[in-house]
Amino acid sequence: MNLPGPRPTLASAATALLARDLKLLWRRRGDAAQPILFALLVVALFALALGGNPELLRRVASAVLWLSVLLAGLLSLDTLFRGDAEDGSLEQWLLSPVPLAWLVAVRVFSHWLTTAFPLVLVSPLLAELMGLPHAQLPVLLASLALGTPLLSLLGAVVAALTVGMRRSGILLALLVLPLYVPVLVFGAGAVAASAQGFDASGALLLLGAGLVVSTLLAPLTAAAAIRIANS
Amino acid sequence: MSQTTNAQPLLAARALRFTRNDDPVFGPLDLHVDAGEALLVQGGNGVGKTTLLRVLAGLLRADEGTIEIDGRAAGHEERSRFVAYLGHLPALKQDLGALENLHVLCGLHGRRTRQMPGDALAIVGLTGHEDALVRQLSAGQKKRLSLARMWLSPAPVWLLDEPYANLDLDGINLVNRMISAHLRSGGAALVTTHGAYAAPPVRNRTFTLGRADAAEAAA
Repeated sequence: MNLPGPRPTLASAATALLARDLKLLWRRRGDAAQPILFALLVVALFALALGGNPELLRRVASAVLWLSVLLAGLLSLDTLFRGDAEDGSLEQWLLSPVPLAWLVAVRVFSHWLTTAFPLVLVSPLLAELMGLPHAQLPVLLASLALGTPLLSLLGAVVAALTVGMRRSGILLALLVLPLYVPVLVFGAGAVAASAQGFDASGALLLLGAGLVVSTLLAPLTAAAAIRIANS
Repeated sequence: MSQTTNAQPLLAARALRFTRNDDPVFGPLDLHVDAGEALLVQGGNGVGKTTLLRVLAGLLRADEGTIEIDGRAAGHEERSRFVAYLGHLPALKQDLGALENLHVLCGLHGRRTRQMPGDALAIVGLTGHEDALVRQLSAGQKKRLSLARMWLSPAPVWLLDEPYANLDLDGINLVNRMISAHLRSGGAALVTTHGAYAAPPVRNRTFTLGRADAAEAAA
């Protein structure tokens, strides 16, 4: 009889998946820089279009920074499950003893780590380009740190729903943007509130609450959507 | 059931029927595979061999009928413990090396004791290609890599969808040797093939799938 070795645990499966994604990122370093370049481009275009008026730039800085991060995230959202669906990896996830929702959660985390987290890291630089006052930088970083994982989790549900379709780019955007609106409102709103001297903690707490709820529910929903898309 | 053994069949399906958009694909059909036995699922292109395997693997839901694994109704827990699936999609990452791919898949599925990914590569004849990126491997070599994954899998029931495709004569012999060794260690295999040109030299039965759904099991 076959001697089954140690069953894969949640931790071992997560390590395998994370190590895989980080190795793939390293092999395709050029792709990794894309979200950053895109966000940089959006910010630069806004600055050019607004005509180099520092006062005006400062006023719209929070909205532009948040939009650039959101659009960069939207651009990379389709790659969340697409590659794994096309090469059959998703089929093997479905057959793994580890719950699919857990694998989805790990994948969303690694996708966030490789696409959104670098953006959070360079956001002080983008903020500098827009002339955001330094006093608002901590609020911007906090809102991005809470908001970008929330965007990834909400996006994962829609990406899972559309993974069975060949070309889902515009449909994905249409479906996911309404879900992104509250995150954008509270994220950019937190920075704008602190710019006007108000307390930003209310908006940040709401983002945090949204993050907690979606961390629990989004992987389960996305896993169910993948099962539907696969059959 | 046409054959009974004293043990439960590893995999059994009863009155299994699958339709796609109200269009019958196959069934109702009955089949079973015992430990130490290979079932060759034959039939021309488009008769539903792949669909049948995907239903048995749990990737598709049957419209009617029951699937039992080791005597229990097949759920996710039974399937993940008993079934390993080799489909048309290789589940390999193009930008990872052969060995790296095996490590990832072992992380998801576990592996048999005393079986290391490096040894599995040697068994399928990929020694020297451990670090070669999958995108640099030929179609046949990718198939061999997938076979190495099956070899490492702790699951006793192998569902092999066209395992002979893309393989040279040596590779076909390799598949047959691997299936034989797997069955000797108490496993079972379902193998789809569109011809009878390559059958493993083991206790096997043929199951012919046809449009007319004349499910027949010949001894």
